[in-house]
Amino acid sequence: MSNTNDQGWPLWEIFIQSKRGLDHKHVGSLHAADAGMAIANARDVYTRRQEGNSIWVVKSEHVHASRPEDAESFYDPADDKIYRHPTFYVVPEGAKYI
Amino acid sequence: MSRPGTGFDPRSDPHMSQALTIYTLRLGDDLLILSHRLGEWCGHGPILEEDIALTNRALDHLGEARNLLTYAGETEGQGRSEDDLAYLRMERQYTNVKLVEQPNGDYAHTIVRSFLFDAYHLPLMQALMQSKDAQLAAIAGKAVKEATYHLRTSSEWMLRFGEGTEESHARAQAALDHLWTFTGELFEADAVTDELVKAGIAPDIASVKETWSRTMDEVLGEATLKRPADGFMATGGRQGLHTEHLGYILAEMQHVTRAYPGAAW
Repeated sequence: MSNTNDQGWPLWEIFIQSKRGLDHKHVGSLHAADAGMAIANARDVYTRRQEGNSIWVVKSEHVHASRPEDAESFYDPADDKIYRHPTFYVVPEGAKYI
Repeated sequence: MSRPGTGFDPRSDPHMSQALTIYTLRLGDDLLILSHRLGEWCGHGPILEEDIALTNRALDHLGEARNLLTYAGETEGQGRSEDDLAYLRMERQYTNVKLVEQPNGDYAHTIVRSFLFDAYHLPLMQALMQSKDAQLAAIAGKAVKEATYHLRTSSEWMLRFGEGTEESHARAQAALDHLWTFTGELFEADAVTDELVKAGIAPDIASVKETWSRTMDEVLGEATLKRPADGFMATGGRQGLHTEHLGYILAEMQHVTRAYPGAAW
């Protein structure tokens, strides 16, 4: 998707917190001329069915992403490092939440 | 101090009850017609996001109108429902201000019309929450949150227009100059409102006007738009005398109901 629409308005990434204490989750993106409009439009597009109680907006151009072609060198080396998983402990009896 | 809306029933007094019906209908008609106008943008908004925002706003106003028309029907006591009042009255029986029936025009006209109305509607609803009529106070209490949001977004648009480009500034100023003539009607008082103010049911419109006027100065000042001088002011809407536009709105709004009376699906 292009980073501006026909009006030259930039694209914004929208994050909604559904409940206090929970993370803001990425829900989508929209075009707006400024941050105020992005928040207002996010309110109308993404919270009209009581989905949230807090909104973050970030200009899409400020999101830097890893490249798909880096995936092998980034993630595959973790394949054989099982010692990074906490699987060598015996869970004490009675501990419900680990 | 007793809570507003307790221990007082204006409906026990037939004369007061009639004033209450007229007043409630006026409030409801403003919102119904503005809602219809904003709804005309559905599918035609300048961008998808604004299209949704305007439709949300139209539905907010429609919900407010429904509460008011239902209550007007109750206080009238002749068994008329919200639908009867919305779809089966003639143009001359509508008592909305002329401001809300003005055509959408360009986007500046649409937003300026809402800005002028929102700046009036919010303080009116805030004051109406203190009404001695429990139902009106409750309806106002429900509307205040939406009205706060409406004024906030229309004010933000005024800043964007005013400080945007030369063209957006010029269009907003033109809309303001054109629609200003229709703002006098928002603050008219007559025998109906006088009686209700005295009874503590309706707020004194002069104090609403003060707040409105302050909002105008603040927002227009920040937006570097010029507040038009108070010259000739349109009037007559509250008496059912409208601009040519209302007839067309009603024709569109009412034709299905009138073509198929009592139809249900």
